Amino acid sequence: MASVKLSGVRKAYGEMEILHGIDLDIKKGEFVVFVGPSGCGKSTLLRAIAGLEQVTGGTIEIDGIVSNDIPPSKRGIAMVFQSYALYPHMTVRDNMAFGLRMSRSPKEEIDRRIAKAADILQLTPYLHRLPKALSGGQRQRVAIGRAICRDPKVFLFDEPLSNLDAALRVATRIEIAKLNESMPDTTMIYVTHDQVEAMTLADRIVVLRGGNVEQVGTPMELYHKPANLFVAQFIGSPAMNIVPVEGSVANGVASVAPKGGRALSAKTESGMERLAGPLSLGVRPENIDLVDEAKALFSGTVTYAEQLGEVEILYVDIGAGEQPIVVKIPGYHAIERGRGVHLAPQKGAIHLFDAKGNAVEHQIL
Amino acid sequence: MTQQVITATITILIGVAGSILYFVGTNWLLDRIFPFRDGASPNAARNHRITTAVRPWLFLGPALLALGVYLIYPVFETLRLSLYNRDTTAFVGFDNYAWLVGDAGFRESILNNFMWLLVVPTAATFFGLMAAVLTDRIWWGNIAKSLVFMPMAISFVGASVIWKFVYDYRAAGSEQIGILNAFVVWLGFEPQAWIAVPVWNNFFLMVILIWIQTGFAMVILSAALRGIPEETMEAAVIDGANDFQIFFHIMVPQIWGTIAVVWTTITIVVLKVFDIVFAMTNGQWNSQVLGNLMYDWMFRGFDFGRGAAIAIVIMVLVTPIMISNIRRAKAETKGH
Ligand SMILES: Nc1ncnc2c1ncn2[C@@H]1O[C@H](COP(=O)(O)OP(=O)(O)O)[C@@H](O)[C@H]1O
Ligand SMILES: [Mg+2]
Repeated sequence: MASVKLSGVRKAYGEMEILHGIDLDIKKGEFVVFVGPSGCGKSTLLRAIAGLEQVTGGTIEIDGIVSNDIPPSKRGIAMVFQSYALYPHMTVRDNMAFGLRMSRSPKEEIDRRIAKAADILQLTPYLHRLPKALSGGQRQRVAIGRAICRDPKVFLFDEPLSNLDAALRVATRIEIAKLNESMPDTTMIYVTHDQVEAMTLADRIVVLRGGNVEQVGTPMELYHKPANLFVAQFIGSPAMNIVPVEGSVANGVASVAPKGGRALSAKTESGMERLAGPLSLGVRPENIDLVDEAKALFSGTVTYAEQLGEVEILYVDIGAGEQPIVVKIPGYHAIERGRGVHLAPQKGAIHLFDAKGNAVEHQIL
Repeated sequence: MTQQVITATITILIGVAGSILYFVGTNWLLDRIFPFRDGASPNAARNHRITTAVRPWLFLGPALLALGVYLIYPVFETLRLSLYNRDTTAFVGFDNYAWLVGDAGFRESILNNFMWLLVVPTAATFFGLMAAVLTDRIWWGNIAKSLVFMPMAISFVGASVIWKFVYDYRAAGSEQIGILNAFVVWLGFEPQAWIAVPVWNNFFLMVILIWIQTGFAMVILSAALRGIPEETMEAAVIDGANDFQIFFHIMVPQIWGTIAVVWTTITIVVLKVFDIVFAMTNGQWNSQVLGNLMYDWMFRGFDFGRGAAIAIVIMVLVTPIMISNIRRAKAETKGH
């Protein structure tokens, strides 16, 4: 029901600045995921939106109102913590009722909301239990239920699945996705370090690194058009292969070649000089084909092969001290360790990054 | 003097060496009688079992013996003494207890002890909790904590001496050296002999014990408060609770077990209170308590029967609290 707008948000603890000016526009009803490695400031940013941390610069607008000085309880937000943060001495019902009691809601209203939340999350049989008598997954649902009862305009999640085991994580992820569908007007901001969660849940993903926004976009935008090397390698599993290449420009056409390899011709509209000098070539494992020697860009020997049934993952050593190239080919090919293979990236799936690591928009000729 | 130091040193050395010798020696002997280490012995497994079963008892033996001699035996001896006459020459049955029921001094002590019980544990726990919460929020909290804790390091008699000065009384007109009377006079009132005013003097004595025990309560409760997950308080902030509501609805319930342990521990101290009353009023002006009454009969009246009977009463009062405390502590350690 509310938009969230961050302008130049900074946060410092003493001398150390953790967030370096974050600008972000979140539309009402959107599901936005903050993703990034541990310690990059995701939780800090989320807590700043919640009002649990005072920002040291910039403004936070919720629903068009500058909220920097509005206390957390008045911001229309609800938060689900990583540790669940249930009140251990209260029953499930009292946990969910606490916020409503603090705001002096009438009893019928409290009962109605709890009944509804418990119904959505299948918690009705457990309403009289204490948190310690619940499993991890049930506790997580109570934490979500407590947030639902507040009827928030903005829902905040801080790594809500990281304390669950793998099977439960997938199930709860699906529940959160359903919850999001059933509350189309509620804005949701979700923090995770797990790119799979980010890809599956998000309308838009915000990739953070070291207190800066690296890229904002839909999951497919990030996957197909990463803005820089960091995003390219962070999104997708196994990660994108990165090979150092050398570029040279002649007659308006750039020639890009890996060390001792065959050259590719490329063109760009964003200034041909960006394709000169040392570059990085990126290609995802699933976008590499096994080809004849004549068409190959790289050649090497398979050092390790994983057969997963529906796909086969090859680790190919191309020499020259580079990282092995990971190739994902569908089906079962019984390719064994030690075999020599020739590889070529699919044409439309090549990413080029300049010396600073920024993506260069281009066409391969 | 030098002689004493030398004797003390030698005693310590003999004690330590003796203990080491005992543990090493019995252990060696055990391994000798039930060998299992070399593996050659045919009964290695059985011997290993026996030694593991026997060793704890061997090592605990001296401690158990000392406990028996200095704790268990006196309990039964006191019980026996309480059933005999003043110099333990004739069995009198429950006469001493019957006398207690009718004795004005005993009734006064029970009443006073009851008042102490109502006021001191609650007040000390309350102030300790306040100190623990407030000192966590200020930059000089650690200094404040040390100051509050300091009285714990003073003996009850030492504390009484300090407070004797606080309550000191000089006739009206002369200079007051007691800070309380100095203050009262400064406000324009008559100075009072505080510890000689019946009924009220009890409370002036209680203040001393509260002053001492607040530090204890603060330290234990402060540790408990630190154990509360920060995120539960943040969740309460988001839920719209103010500082008071967070304190009473979120923090206090989470440390309730610790509060109860602190409260009962101080209760036991209160039931045994003796030194403060002994040093301040010696039970005069209606300030008698059970501990001091027992001392009076035992070591001033030399009536071992009555003294022992009072001791048994104190023990009976303390025991249930002790048991509930141990139960709670056990339940709490099991929970973790
Ligand atoms: N209260 C604090 N005082 C000082 N540094 C902090 C504090 N809270 C977090 N930090 C630092 O801020 C950085 C970002 O933390 P956080 O937002 O929790 O990262 P994450 O992305 O893993 O959630 C970390 O380096 C952390 O050490
Ligand atoms: Mg975090």
